[in-house]
Formats: sequence, structure tokens, C-alpha cells
Amino acid sequence: MNAYAGRTVRVDLSRGRITKETIDLRLAKAFVGGRGLGTKILYDEINPKVDPLASANKLIFAAGPLTGTSAPSGCRWMAITKGALTGAVASSNAGGDFGPELKYAGYDMIIVEGVAKHPTMLVIDDDSVELCSAQKLWGENVHATEDLLHEQLGGNFKCASIGPAGERLVRFASIMNDKNRAAGRSGVGAVMGSKKLKAIAVRGSGGVTVADPKRFRAVCLDALGKLQAGTVGLSRYGTASLVNVINARGVLPTRNFQSGQFEGAETISGEAIAERILIRNRACFGCPIACGRVTAVKNGKYAGSGEGPEYESIWALGADVGIDDLAAATKANYICNELGMDPITAGATVACAMELYEKGAITEKQAGCKLSFGNADALVDLMTKIGYRRGFGNVLAEGAARVARKFGKPELFMGVKKQEFPAYDARGAVGMGLQYATSNRGACHVRGYMVARELLDGEQKMNPFTTRGKAAATIAVQDLTAALDSSGICLFTTFAIGAPELLAMLTAATGFDYDLDEMLRAGERIWNLERLFNQRAGLSRKDDTLPKRLLAEPMPAGPAKGKTVPLGKMLPEYYRLRGWDAEGRPTRTKLASLGL
Amino acid sequence: MARVLIIDPAKCNSCRLCELACSQGHANAYRPSRSHVRVAIYPEDAVYFPVVCMQCDDAPCVAVCPSAALVRHSRTSAVLVVEERCVGCRMCALACPFGAISYWGGKARKCDLCDGEPECVRFCPPHALRFESEERSTDLARMVFANRLRDALKEVSTS
Repeated sequence: MNAYAGRTVRVDLSRGRITKETIDLRLAKAFVGGRGLGTKILYDEINPKVDPLASANKLIFAAGPLTGTSAPSGCRWMAITKGALTGAVASSNAGGDFGPELKYAGYDMIIVEGVAKHPTMLVIDDDSVELCSAQKLWGENVHATEDLLHEQLGGNFKCASIGPAGERLVRFASIMNDKNRAAGRSGVGAVMGSKKLKAIAVRGSGGVTVADPKRFRAVCLDALGKLQAGTVGLSRYGTASLVNVINARGVLPTRNFQSGQFEGAETISGEAIAERILIRNRACFGCPIACGRVTAVKNGKYAGSGEGPEYESIWALGADVGIDDLAAATKANYICNELGMDPITAGATVACAMELYEKGAITEKQAGCKLSFGNADALVDLMTKIGYRRGFGNVLAEGAARVARKFGKPELFMGVKKQEFPAYDARGAVGMGLQYATSNRGACHVRGYMVARELLDGEQKMNPFTTRGKAAATIAVQDLTAALDSSGICLFTTFAIGAPELLAMLTAATGFDYDLDEMLRAGERIWNLERLFNQRAGLSRKDDTLPKRLLAEPMPAGPAKGKTVPLGKMLPEYYRLRGWDAEGRPTRTKLASLGL
Repeated sequence: MARVLIIDPAKCNSCRLCELACSQGHANAYRPSRSHVRVAIYPEDAVYFPVVCMQCDDAPCVAVCPSAALVRHSRTSAVLVVEERCVGCRMCALACPFGAISYWGGKARKCDLCDGEPECVRFCPPHALRFESEERSTDLARMVFANRLRDALKEVSTS
């Protein structure tokens, strides 16, 4: 078999049973792999109404057909499940070595079912697949867990695990692999924790073959060249190179989206990271960009070392909480990585609590501290408390939507479908607002990065404030992203390559006779299937919305001053172009045309 | 003019594309376990470097081989394994100071410089692996020393 490893491991934790299944190539072609194929399995096998933390939910680890090949940044794997944070379909993407190693062991996917009686880990060594006790690992943070696993099994195993946050069902717990790579969003780590699955360790000596090696080599070299030329800033300053750019556009959300420009942006920028804490770049497997940051805060009360922060995390733990102390934000990010939780939601939830505190909805006694914007000590302290669900951290561990509701101001939750926004205020990029509102996993930047079209310079730059053409553009980028995610390469490749290069790599690797339309239709099929899952889970048109702040409160200052998101103008057009009815439900005709 | 494989660890970004390129070239699969070049990665120390055969002039593998299965190619200067002669004793792997010789399928396996056009070099985005004339092969070490001396002198002159 080409590109695919060809097998799936199914692990029933309740019964301690492991079975191996063959990949259905017909389905693989229709859903590409990774996110798409994993969603298809989730959709077919679980009742979408299930409690995400119940035994009946399933958790799927899925690599794509390009994972483990020389396709640039071909290292991605996805965690697919019903999200603990959102109650919607969740698919969280991560890089590192874990995904390729899974393929080399001979598997495209792991389907985890049921709940183990005791803390358990899954050890995959080529054909040998075993469940073992993880009693000794339970309670350990992610880094210690990997160190202990390497001690026990040998250094060349690649690991994905949860930390204390996942064990304690923090609703935005992540699954971490290779220590600092994260399947971060929507609470996939809480689902893993609910199953008492502490870790998966995998080692493989096999390989991945491609259908047309000569052509595949040529298209990979072509894509590599374009990436090297087109991602210089990302290599040099990491993802946080965006801090100054987005701040200048007036859409760097500040203090829980009360404004769009942060006076301390410069001190938390990628440039500042490079100057003050960067030790070296670190590449994920097969990636020419190497945006990863190996960093250290050498002195002071926030001393520590690890990786990051990324753009999203330095924003959530910086501008969004009004903190311009790079060391503190970096320390908070290290804690998120070590305890295994999503720094976007963690920071945004603290930001929401800070606004609730400043508006008198949360008292100092309840918070256990003066929870004003800018309080760096409180932020760092709360990160640990959230991860271990201690004190006020236990309240925040539920995420901002539930916190805002609990304290009587649900309108202060800045997100969609119970998932917090990432680091772009849609009042200055209205297409991004439409994408947030319609994203199947809740507010998210990596389901359709309209930012590239509206805020970054390029040939296809659109006016960020007008609604014209935004529905069509959003749909196009959502569908392409769904196909690309499912292929196993990194979304960041789209800074330099696009659909033609992806198509060339996919066809040469798999041997499938996709044309461009067919590949994009696979993306559309995946998007519609995710939508169907959410619909059956009980989500509807009313969930395709934005907080009142973005819809009705004009941006107070900066380049986007006076703007709101005219979502009502875009959403009906979006539904219509998607072939959905006025309530946002895919029509029979549309589903039939997609073979769903 | 003979060319040699140059490793510049400071430039390596840990991506392992070299392993993929090598294994595809030699094993017709993207299969790091069959790659002749392997990247050593110490993330906590932020140290990464490719480990590969240096094609030593006075090669211990050639000297130790009991069946004269390791021979030097006249044009590329690569030390090659003559499969028909290799008895699979793995003495060469033990003798190699770099651990650059692997063993599978009953035979010793090693870097052959892809007959003079190394795939790992072609696929190394940060140019940590280069294939250059032997005269230039020591430039790097010289520059590392010179740069260190320059930094020291700068420090002295400014203090």
C-alpha cells in the first residue's frame, strides 16, 4: 500500500482488547486521512449526543497519507473526538515525531474506546501492541512522564501523553507529544484522561512508500524550495513574529477584547523572544521552517526552560491578560506545556475572569487574589492551580464560557461554541469573524485562516472591513484546510504553497487520481460531515454566532476604530453558498453530491 | 577534484529530512531506520547534529573487514560495501568510531555518497550537510576557531 500504513489499531480499554483492522482505501480516498478519516470513523461509531467524558466517547489518533514522507512538514497527526470543552466535534493537530513514528510502526490510526479500570498506557513496538499499567506515571507532568517512559522502554520511543490537567479533566487539557508539541484545543486531553489512558509510546522500524517516487521527489523539492523562500520570518522569529504585525493592524485582542492594540506588544513580540530568551530553533519532523523555539528564562522568579511561547500563547498569556512581562508569560506557557493544557484557553479564561473581577462579578475572596489585568504573579500562580484543579483554579478549569455564565455575565465569554477565540479580533477582519462563527470546533484560527487574506500582505489581499466576497473566500479556505489537515502536512506550509502543490504531493504519494476539484471536494465533504456531527450533537444556527462585543460594540481605537462584525450580512450567504438551508443544515442534495 | 561530506552542526535544525531522503534513495521507502545518516537530537540541550560516515582516509572499517568487502570507490572516494563479499560479521560496525555503519538483511550497510550526488545534501534545508571540495572541508573548523578568537579579542578591546 502506498502512502498509508494500511492498518488501524483498535483499543478497547474497558475490555483490555486490542484488534488490528485494515484501512478501507475507498474511504481513505474520500476522506484523505487524518482529520477526515478520523471524523468519518467518529461519526459512524458514536452517538454525537454522548457526554464527551463518558465511556461511549471515542478518541482517535490519526496520521495522514503524507505523514512520515518527505513532504515538507509532513509530520502531523490529529486527535479526533467529541470535545470536552465544546461538546462539538474536536480535531486537534500536532507535529513532532509521534505521527511519523506511528506510521513507521505500521499504523495510520489508533481508535481508543471505553475506560480503563486503572491508569493505563499503550505501548506499540512495530507489530507488538500492549496495554500496560501506568500507575507509576499517573500524577507526573508531561516532561517527567516522557523521561520515565524513555527510561523504562528506551530512548527511541516517541510518546503522546497527558499531564495532571488531563488526569483531572480540565476541560481544555491537551495531549502533548515529544514533550512540547500539543494537540491543544477543545479538550482532547480531558477525553484521554477520562479514559484513564496516560500515554501512548510508539516505535517503528518500517517505512512509508509512495506510488510514484520520482515524481514525489520532484514535487517535494519544489515545495521545499518555495517554503524556504517564503517562510523566512517564521523561521527567524517564530509564530510570534505576528505580534507586531497584528498589533499594527489594530486587532491584537487586549484585555479580553476590550481593545485591539496592546501598549506592551513590542516586549512580547517574536523579535523580543529572539533577543531575550531564544536559545535555538527546533524543527518538527520533516520541516524546513523550524518555527519551534527552544527557550530559557535564565534568572528571576519566573526562571525556567522549555519551548515557546508561540504567537497564540504569548497573546493569551500576554496581551489578553494585559501582561507585558515576557518572562512571566513564558513561565505560564511552560506550565501549560508541562501540565498539559491549552495556553490559548487557559490565558483567555484568566482574561475573562479578570474582566469579571474588575466589573465586580468576582470578588477578591473568590479569586484568592487581586485578579486585575496585568497581575503577572496571579497569572503564573493560576496556571498551576488550574492544571491541578486547586482553589480558584478548579473554577477556571471549566473554561471561560462556563466561568462567565457562573458569575452572571455570559456576554463576557469571548469565543464561539464554548471555545475561546485565538489572537485576532474579528472587528478588524470580518471574514475571520465569519470563519470563527462557522468553525466546526468552535472559535479557531486554524480551521480557515482568513487572516492571511485580510491582514497579511499578498496577491489575494482583501479589504478586511467589507463583507463582499467573504463567504466564498471563507468556504474556500475552510475546505482547502480540511483537505490539507487530513493529508498530514502542516498548515504553516500554506504561507508558501497552496492547493496545486498539495495536489501534486497527494497524487504522487497515494496514486489516487484526484484532480483539484476532487481534492477540494474531499475537504468540503469533511467540513459537511463535521457539520452533521455537530447538528446531531444538538448544535444549530444559534451557535453560529459571535459575542455581543464583536457584533455590537465598536472597536474603541486604532485602525479598526468604530468597526463591528456584520455577521448577519455574511451568514445567510455562507449557508447558501455551502448548499445548506436557511437554518444552516446541509441539504439532501448537497449531501448526496458529496456522497454523504 | 574529490569532494567530501561536510557536517555543520550549528546549522542543523533537527528536521530529519536527510534521513527521509537517504532511506528513500537506498531502501525505496521513507524509513529512518534504514537511513545511513541519523540525526542525534538532544532537545533539552538544544543540540542536534547529523551522524554519518566520514569516509575516513585510513578507515577502520576497511582495515578490520575479514573479507575485503569494504572498498574505496576511485571516483567518489566513498567506502562501499561489496555485498557479495560481505559475510555479515558486523566487525566494521564495531570498528567505526562514528557508529555510522548499520546492519540488516545479513549485510553491512553504509553511506555510499549516492555515487557522488548525496540525496541528504539535496534535502537539507538549513545546509547543515554540504558536499564540497576536500580543500574546503576544514574551512569550517578553522572559522569556528577564528570566530571564537575574534569574540575574545572584541571583549578584551571593549573592556
